[in-house]
Amino acid sequence: MTNIQITDQPLNMLSCIEWAMDPKCGGIDAFIGTVRENTKGKKVLRLEFETYESMALDEMKKIAEEVLQKFEVYKILIHHRTGVLQVGDIPVIIVVGAAHRDAAFVACHYAIDELKKSVPIWKKENI
Amino acid sequence: MKLTILAFGIAKEIFGGSSVRLEVNDACSVHELQKFLQEKFPRLNELSSFLIAVNNHYALPGELISEKDEIAVIPPVSGG
Repeated sequence: MTNIQITDQPLNMLSCIEWAMDPKCGGIDAFIGTVRENTKGKKVLRLEFETYESMALDEMKKIAEEVLQKFEVYKILIHHRTGVLQVGDIPVIIVVGAAHRDAAFVACHYAIDELKKSVPIWKKENI
Repeated sequence: MKLTILAFGIAKEIFGGSSVRLEVNDACSVHELQKFLQEKFPRLNELSSFLIAVNNHYALPGELISEKDEIAVIPPVSGG
């Protein structure tokens, strides 16, 4: 099962994790991306995330389907936020539910790495 | 044929807008379009790379473009 979403509203950590919990799952692994106060030595005030939404959703779905094929996981959620974010805000949440922890860890790591490679979302600093 | 090319991220600044309209010869491949764009917008060459998306998927260089395709320039992404 997959749960893919792009929104300009704040992401809800708890509801994302609760979505992944399931009687079949013995391990839930969540990656929470947060806006840091500096990148490459520069102070960050805020970030703006822009997306090519129709394609981004397709690419996120592709990653989720690939994860279900490659790893023994039951559930994967990928949510990404767009618009202007402040330091400490959450641009991305990925949650994986699996029977066992190893698959959950590996799958979650794979999903965020793939997202950063192919999903057409761009961040602009201190706009 | 006439094409509308969507632009995102840094490409939007390079094009000076979120899309650009241009004329290419009829049997135009993705690779040829990339070269044409690089000539018309030299700043694209400053990017480490950029890809072309056709109808919401990353297109292979040999793919032929048609007038009704949705085409976008995809500079290096930075989501997450």
